[in-house]
Amino acid sequence: MTVSASGSASGPQRREEPVFAALPVEDTPAQLRLHERLVGAAERDGLLDVAYRTLETPVGSLLLAATEEGLVRVAYDVQDHDAALADLAGRVSPRVLRAPARLEQAVRQIEEYFEGRRTSFELALDMRLTKGFRREVIARLPSIGYGRTESYAQVAEAAGNPRAVRAVGTACATNPLPVVLPCHRVVRSDGSAGGYAGGAEAKRTLLALEGAA
Amino acid sequence: MTLRPFEQVVAEYGPMVLRVCRAVVGPVDAEDAWSETFLAALRAYPGLPGDADVEAWLVTIAHRKAVDAARADSRRPIAVPEVPEPGPRALAEGPAAGSGSDGDLWNGQLWDGELWQALKALPQRQRAAVAYHHLAGLPYKEIAAITGGTADAARRAAADGIKSLRSSLGTHAEEKGEKR
Repeated sequence: MTVSASGSASGPQRREEPVFAALPVEDTPAQLRLHERLVGAAERDGLLDVAYRTLETPVGSLLLAATEEGLVRVAYDVQDHDAALADLAGRVSPRVLRAPARLEQAVRQIEEYFEGRRTSFELALDMRLTKGFRREVIARLPSIGYGRTESYAQVAEAAGNPRAVRAVGTACATNPLPVVLPCHRVVRSDGSAGGYAGGAEAKRTLLALEGAA
Repeated sequence: MTLRPFEQVVAEYGPMVLRVCRAVVGPVDAEDAWSETFLAALRAYPGLPGDADVEAWLVTIAHRKAVDAARADSRRPIAVPEVPEPGPRALAEGPAAGSGSDGDLWNGQLWDGELWQALKALPQRQRAAVAYHHLAGLPYKEIAAITGGTADAARRAAADGIKSLRSSLGTHAEEKGEKR
């Protein structure tokens, strides 16, 4: 065990001085307790800019994230939860903590939806991750009722720009709040499901659940 | 360079900061010190440069909190530490598990009270240098920037501290090494 003259860090093995052998490196119960305490204090002091948790569903694990304004992001496993969190840190705030309490309502409603007991969501939403025409398109999606579908062309027309079919496709593909804002109800004119941020199978699962497939 | 979600900072450095707090302020106050450190870090985090040394930054905050706590402590007329319930190991092994005083009967399963007794006996400067170098892994130059003084002085403080710890813990450290 050597320490260089400059004292620069030269690897973890140097750090483990035998006198500290009794001091645990990991103390999981303490870490959990402290994490919970930090989340509580952050919420109290208005420092919990982004709270998140994951939820297991029939379409895989969903990442749910909320600001103080409301639900800001729903991300599928295939969209990479870590990437979604990094994106939130960059675009909303790096004060991001795993804090399930703020997502309680969203979790309950999404669970009810997957149990077939809910046909629309009543949640505060924070739409800041989408702008302009995309945001307009996304915001109109709940008007496509549960169990119904519309074509990309129909949605473009409803948004006041019949030629913007591709832009509607992009808006749906980049929907920051899939499931809750039902971009899965937008399908191809020929009736086939078309692409989906959560993968084609997830889209079919949701449409089947709603009895629309 | 953008900052990572703070959750990752807690996950990566939380255990290290807890060890440092336990070594510097002791078992009873360590969790308060950790909580104050991470809450202050969360508050300041958005302003941290993307290429900053997060580890040194956290230890710097923890150091300030420890200094504040020591000052507050010295103003307290009678310091009566809370004595938490003895943990399973302390109960199983009986009073002999601690080194004698009641203060050692805190969650005895976490780490041995003898280590804190030995650390507490060190001058504050040595205790800090030992913890920041051997637990946080900071270079002496970095430690000097945090505690004041020169890198050489920090190196000497750490070396003297380790020497005292080894002699006061004696063979215990070796016997107990296998527990980790």
